[in-house]
Amino acid sequence: MLTKRIIPCLDVDSGRVVKGVKFLNHRDAGDPVELAAFYDQEGADELVFYDITASAQGRGIMLEVVSRTAEQLFIPLTVGGGLRSVQDMSAMLKAGADKVSINTAAVQNPDLIRQGADAFGNQCIVLGMDAMRVPTPPTLRWEVYTHTGSGGGRPTGLDAVEWARRAVELGAGEIVVNSIDADGTQEGYDLELIRAISEAVSVPVVASGGAGTLEHMYQVVAEGKADAVLAASIFHYGIFSIAQAKEYLAQRGIPIRPK
Amino acid sequence: MAVSTVTVVDYGAGNLRSVAKAVERVGYLPQVTDDPREVLRARAVILPGVGASDSAMRALQQRGLVGPLREVIRGGVPFFGVCLGLQLLLDSSEEGSMPCLGIVPGRVKRFPPGLKVPHMGWNQVTLGGEHPVFEGVESGSYFYFVHSYYAAPDDPGLVLGTTEYGIQFCSVIAVDNLVATQFHPEKSGALGLRLYENFLRLMVTEGAGR
Repeated sequence: MLTKRIIPCLDVDSGRVVKGVKFLNHRDAGDPVELAAFYDQEGADELVFYDITASAQGRGIMLEVVSRTAEQLFIPLTVGGGLRSVQDMSAMLKAGADKVSINTAAVQNPDLIRQGADAFGNQCIVLGMDAMRVPTPPTLRWEVYTHTGSGGGRPTGLDAVEWARRAVELGAGEIVVNSIDADGTQEGYDLELIRAISEAVSVPVVASGGAGTLEHMYQVVAEGKADAVLAASIFHYGIFSIAQAKEYLAQRGIPIRPK
Repeated sequence: MAVSTVTVVDYGAGNLRSVAKAVERVGYLPQVTDDPREVLRARAVILPGVGASDSAMRALQQRGLVGPLREVIRGGVPFFGVCLGLQLLLDSSEEGSMPCLGIVPGRVKRFPPGLKVPHMGWNQVTLGGEHPVFEGVESGSYFYFVHSYYAAPDDPGLVLGTTEYGIQFCSVIAVDNLVATQFHPEKSGALGLRLYENFLRLMVTEGAGR
């Protein structure tokens, strides 16, 4: 049976992991390559590097980090952040990424999804999406935001479910859905958002934003119909290990790859 | 002892670098090439692959690799096809209109509607027999898949492993010198590396499976 994936996400700035990993006392908690190896041993099903580097110089460092990681990591690696063109994607894939994730650039130029899928195959192209609840009853809906890293983000006018459908038509092979409302709260994923998108598209959906307990992970798979869960701080701060998360989900009847 | 080399066929399709790195990790020397003459004298061949079948077949044709690949597989050279490198072994694919390599009789089909496609993630392989490449690997082990089509060989005797995703499909072909997996061993952690190690140590160095 196809298992639900547990995916740790590392934010990388100029080649260093930010929001450092608190429980690795005797390791270099800022080195993405070391952390990747650690999470692999822990039983992570995939890894995501999110490049938050602003400078062009930092971008070159990211390619080098990806390349060094791929030398020793034998599970899938997705790289996102700042990719704006097919050339950018190509450089990351050549460095050793298995998938590339695009977010703002796809909103600005949806055809980039198609170009990427044509060049590298749908399975390589991940759409990342940040969505926020629209507080107008009676219909529950969500709006897509970009630039969420800086000062609250910019509304796009796009409906999250519609945008997900369109991205899949254009060739996205997977969608990472991040709830802006839930992100950072550790009070649980936005189950309705994840479910609405998962039911609307024919590709796997990865839930992001809000994980605080293992119960939250269970809920977003069981009720939110997520195919995978992405989490950062819950793992980095050592609140739970990946092994604990997997054990818990398996006990609740979720198909999981044992360590 | 000299380190054996294995020829990784480069036809412009995706994941050959990760395949080459996996080969290095288990202690062998990958030779990445698109030269048909190198393929014809290879001690062992790995055919990786990500992407669409028509563009892959076109790329193989343009490089003059179709004949040499058929020749080495039929001549008993240890061969390992990965993902699209498995699907290309069949006669044809619903994904495209071009004939494939035609080494394994059968057709490549699309997953039935109602399933999330690509089939992406870790899934179990049920082994229905033995082969040197799967030495030390238990039936029911997990491997990493990412694909939208699956191979349906006419002869069930060629199928060593199957996987369940809506339907039960062929995830491993293994008979004598010919091995192919629908999943990616180079993305399947330690167990995936084990398959490459078995392939290179048992089949290439020690001559099993001949």
